[in-house]
Amino acid sequence: MKDHYTLPQDRPIGPSLIIELSCRILIPFIQLFALYVIAHGHYSPGGGFQGGVLLGASYILMAIAFDQKTSMRFFPLRANTALAGTGVFLYTGTGLACALLGGLFLDYSALEPLFPPLGPVEWRSMGIFIVEVGVGLAVMSIMVSLFWDLASGGKMDKGL
Amino acid sequence: MIWQLDLLLLTLVVICAVAAITVRDLLAATVIFSVYSFLMCLLWAEMGAVDVALTEATVGAGVSSILFIATILHTSRRSKD
Repeated sequence: MKDHYTLPQDRPIGPSLIIELSCRILIPFIQLFALYVIAHGHYSPGGGFQGGVLLGASYILMAIAFDQKTSMRFFPLRANTALAGTGVFLYTGTGLACALLGGLFLDYSALEPLFPPLGPVEWRSMGIFIVEVGVGLAVMSIMVSLFWDLASGGKMDKGL
Repeated sequence: MIWQLDLLLLTLVVICAVAAITVRDLLAATVIFSVYSFLMCLLWAEMGAVDVALTEATVGAGVSSILFIATILHTSRRSKD
């Protein structure tokens, strides 16, 4: 606190083997747990938003532990934009499909004519699941791109 | 609902909230704010709102403090007022 503030790249901190190895082990389990939270969102605590934040946090952890370049190699900027758009499209598309098939906006039981053997009750559960997946995709992309923008000052090159 | 645990958590939440706005070092304020979020998460889980608790744990204690730290590293660490 006493010494003058220095930029992160001037600090004598190199890559640490312990941090990199533990993140290498940790990140797949974080992503698996995030997928569990999304998939079980309508039975148990959790849902699209929480699972999306967890998925985004795994890429943020990658960007902190290694480098922003590493994180952007595993999750390219173009895929980020595409997934954010896909998430919003899934959400509104499901709602509009319900409206077009004769129900109200986001009234999932109206989706029954798409696959009648499921029945309206199962379709309600299915519709919630589709919407949660859309929310999860959008939240993950927005969280990761927020961190990238803030960490690199909008230049998307170096990061913290 | 255990009211003793509720009271303890609420006291710690109030202490953390006051400390987060009075401390001069912004990085320390971020860490205290993260502790505040985690205590709120415990409080909500204890009161039965597990969904809100999960949101608070991921967003409040996890991602938002990282975003604050990323912003502090690019601006100044010391508070002017």
